Amino acid sequence: MSGRTELPVIRTDAPPACAARLVHDFTPALIDVGAHHLCPGCGEPIAMRSMVEQVEELDQVRRAIAVFGIGCYTAYSNNLDIEVLQALHGRAPSLATGVKRCRPDTLVFTVQGDGDMVNEGLQEVLHAAARGENITCFMLNNGVFGETGGHMTAATVLGQRTKNTLDGRDAAQHGYPIRLADLIAQLDGAAYVARGAVNNAVNITRTNRMIKNAFRAQLEGRGFSFVEILTMCPTGWFVDTLDAPAYLDEALAATHRPGVLKDTSKPAAPVSALAPVVAPESAPASAKGTTA
Amino acid sequence: MTVSLGTLVIDTEACKGCELCIDACPPDVLRMTTDIVNERGYRYPQLLPGCIACKACTAICPDFVFQVYRYEQPQQHGEAAE
Repeated sequence: MSGRTELPVIRTDAPPACAARLVHDFTPALIDVGAHHLCPGCGEPIAMRSMVEQVEELDQVRRAIAVFGIGCYTAYSNNLDIEVLQALHGRAPSLATGVKRCRPDTLVFTVQGDGDMVNEGLQEVLHAAARGENITCFMLNNGVFGETGGHMTAATVLGQRTKNTLDGRDAAQHGYPIRLADLIAQLDGAAYVARGAVNNAVNITRTNRMIKNAFRAQLEGRGFSFVEILTMCPTGWFVDTLDAPAYLDEALAATHRPGVLKDTSKPAAPVSALAPVVAPESAPASAKGTTA
Repeated sequence: MTVSLGTLVIDTEACKGCELCIDACPPDVLRMTTDIVNERGYRYPQLLPGCIACKACTAICPDFVFQVYRYEQPQQHGEAAE
């Protein structure tokens, strides 16, 4: 590293003077204003970027309608260059159901957090999935109610520190976390269920693909599609911004395992959908209690 | 002598200093300023020679700070270059 610091710093205040091709711009075309007031190191803008980039890649900009829940990400409802509806806390899947039934030609997706979806509106999303509504739901799972102070949600993993579980979530006192994607994967109405993460470039690329497949499931009319995205919340986790990606891997991803849980466009999907629940390889002993 | 396959434009005023890009950069050519801060008081990343235009920094950046360019011809940086 000592040799590295002697290298000259390259000027980065203007585009290069020599022949070069722009391969990635600051802000996705569908985000009007890139500036936001979310905390440093937050994972939600990364997930928002993935969503709007996939809307653009699938050429659905004119037909996309987003339904927002309530959380830190709600700040984006004013910044997007697509139609946005604001739902009551946890009720986004029901509102999206109405929109999609009235306007079947649109691409309707909800953006919700784990507090919004699992705590406030669990029945909304479960019933929408069971009915096989042709909508897409995204859940930004960071394990805390970020906007209202960082307290525990139903998806907070065991041992995770939050504002009201300062010694870590304890199964005896607070119960076990709900693994929503695994729950939804068991419903027959769900066509595509996946869980991604945005803690490194590889996971972001995988999550992009999941989001695209979820949108495709809706566009092909195959039924309910759901992508859970694990995001960093260094403020709510009491960790350094630089340590947050590793913490996500060690704590959240150990319980909420990333991967495609169900994909009806491929045969033999239902078996893999149950695999993470039935046979967790290195899940803690307490996790078995969740499925019991 | 270091070869760069690409370069960045860094919107330093948008940065909130989370340093996610520093860890994300595969060739490890981003480093944070130590004593310089932007208008809001955050340190921000600077680019050293050796960028490969892989877009990892712009994928992970929550504040949309980066713009990535790929050179038509790889650029060489000498020891005493600017």
